[in-house]
Amino acid sequence: MTLLETKGVTKRFGGLVAVHAMDFTEEEGKIYSIIGPNGAGKTTFFNTLTGIYRPEEGEIHFDGHSLVGRRPDQISALAIARTFQNIRLFGTMTVVENILVGMNNRLRQNSFGTLLHSRAFKAEEDQAFQRTCELMDFVGLKNVGDELASSLPYGGQRRIEIARALASQPKLLLLDEPTAGMNPHETDDAIGLFRRVRDELGITILLIEHDMRVVMGISERITVMDYGEKIAEGTPAEIRSNARVIEAYLGRGAAAEQLAEGGVA
Amino acid sequence: MALNSLKQYISKAVGPLQTLTGGRKAIIATRFMVVYLALTSIWVYFDTQNLLAFLLFLASALLIYYLPMRSKAKLVISLVAALIIVPVLGIRNIFYLEVMFQICLFSSLALGLNIVVGFTGLLNLGYVAFYAVGAYTWAFFGSQQMYLLHSIPGSQPLTNAFLLPADAFYLFAFLGLGVAAIVGILLGLPVLRVRGDYLAIVTLGFGEVIRELANNLDHPLNLTNGPQGITPIQRPTLPTGLLDGLRVILNPIVGHSVTLDEFYNLFFYLITLLVILTVVVVVIRLNSSKIGRAWTAIREDEVAAVAMGIPLVKMKLAAFAVAASFAGIMGVIFAANRTFVSPESFNFLQSINVLTMVILGGMGSIPGVIVGAAAVTVLNVQVLQGLSLGLNDLRQSGGVIPIINFAWKDLSSQLDPAKYQRLLFGLILIIMMIYRPAGIIPEKRRKRMPPGSEKPKELDNNNNSAVEAHQEAHHDAS
Repeated sequence: MTLLETKGVTKRFGGLVAVHAMDFTEEEGKIYSIIGPNGAGKTTFFNTLTGIYRPEEGEIHFDGHSLVGRRPDQISALAIARTFQNIRLFGTMTVVENILVGMNNRLRQNSFGTLLHSRAFKAEEDQAFQRTCELMDFVGLKNVGDELASSLPYGGQRRIEIARALASQPKLLLLDEPTAGMNPHETDDAIGLFRRVRDELGITILLIEHDMRVVMGISERITVMDYGEKIAEGTPAEIRSNARVIEAYLGRGAAAEQLAEGGVA
Repeated sequence: MALNSLKQYISKAVGPLQTLTGGRKAIIATRFMVVYLALTSIWVYFDTQNLLAFLLFLASALLIYYLPMRSKAKLVISLVAALIIVPVLGIRNIFYLEVMFQICLFSSLALGLNIVVGFTGLLNLGYVAFYAVGAYTWAFFGSQQMYLLHSIPGSQPLTNAFLLPADAFYLFAFLGLGVAAIVGILLGLPVLRVRGDYLAIVTLGFGEVIRELANNLDHPLNLTNGPQGITPIQRPTLPTGLLDGLRVILNPIVGHSVTLDEFYNLFFYLITLLVILTVVVVVIRLNSSKIGRAWTAIREDEVAAVAMGIPLVKMKLAAFAVAASFAGIMGVIFAANRTFVSPESFNFLQSINVLTMVILGGMGSIPGVIVGAAAVTVLNVQVLQGLSLGLNDLRQSGGVIPIINFAWKDLSSQLDPAKYQRLLFGLILIIMMIYRPAGIIPEKRRKRMPPGSEKPKELDNNNNSAVEAHQEAHHDAS
């Protein structure tokens, strides 16, 4: 079943066309990637999906809803969650609190229950806390629940961001360069984590990634963007040997050499 | 460096104490607290004009908060102090009740502003406008202003009865709360489109607009009586039977027959105390719910917050409304307490005053903000006035400073410390920003690990007890 479908999505900033006529589909339960050189419009595309930008043209359909014109918080409520390229955590809140914020949309508590500390309120808070502990276990955060999010090392902060996104019980998880700045060992852990997110939680994943090991290792399909346009789409094997992709990454001259040797990566 | 050696010294001094078990420590702390409270109370009781004695007495509030006593002991001691000792000492020297009233009043304002500035990170420089809205709500309906709508301000002496019975005050306390909240939302709707510095400027403008409205709405309809302000405003009635009964008990204790005005001071102290306790509970509960987490998330990163599904406009409006409502109810109480309101009570400096309390105490920190409010109030109405009075005494004593041959009576009145209030505040703020930017008592996040019975985390014993202590502190705060 198609979970996400965009048709002709275009986003301009003044005269610059950051994303142009982007058609994209993702099936439920898959892991897809978007790759492309810096400035290709990948993150802008994510931002139009999540409502941070409103596309000038085109349609976005997700799980039977049209997304264009909806606010980011409404789109989040429809079960799309994301992480950010340059980690955006709530730095002076604890790890637990960060993850609880991700759960906000799922909590039913109202102001009266909150002020009176009703039984339903307490039960929900307890449950939310327990779920938070499970999520911390799931992403591999140990003994840091009460630490301030900003005090954790880089890899830990990435994990919190993923746990926070998972807390909103998404159907689709958008990861914007989730392994940037990680060492090979951490990257391997991350790949394992993404697989478990899909296999154990049944969440569809769309990645933006530069690390070809990650992209080629876990994506079922890859979309390549350059100068705001989709220039190729296909399985990792197809992309690896696609002339336009190699050209976009390495330039025309190098492309010929690479092809002769058997593709990127 | 110096601080570290001080810390070492203290830990050496209290070293033996740390070997005590929790229960034993609590007993010693409780005994110490009772003795401290008793001694300072007795001192204030017999030396009613002594500022130092009163300040030491006030400090017991901090001791109660910090000493490792059991929650029950803390509760009992606080109740005895607030409901028995303060009223008795306050009637001995009625000024102390006024100070306590102002501390409670400003704490409530500061806690409200703290929701907007501290929790949600929206700088509001016109907060006092909501206070004015509450005050004028009761000032208009609790006075004879309704009969003066078509007359020139101050033109005719009033003989008619009041518009509403005095006890409508209680109803208007809630009305003032609601009206201020609505004004908060109305202000918020257009204002929240702007961010950061721009928001500060717009709210500053709003504060001035409300004050100017109060100044100028004496024409064409005389709603506010202009710069002269509205007076008299009614105070709620106190039942004579109850007062007579209280006099039987209180007169011998305080040493004179308690007057009606003194009872009113006591009444307003108790009612603000009730409000501030409610406000504290409301703020703590909101802060540890999804609403409070959403507020802090907005403060930390608006983009991430909205991407996590937090409706920005709704949550910001909620912060504005809750903050405004605290100011509104205190405005009603203020109008009744003073029996007079005028636009001058709600000028820009008042907004800055409340903001100073929040910053000084610690943005986002509930105990911090209350301490900030108390410190600024005491400094304002007691310490500086005390110094001024002291200088005045010197001037009148005809004394001379020996060597330089300077007669105290020649000291210019321009050197009056009370006149340097703002200068002093400025200095304090600068020093705080350099050495302790997070405030006297910085914000602390709630600690929740380990999750009780669920999953024992591999924490060593030291960590465990620290976590428990934190949790206890949190319980006590709520």
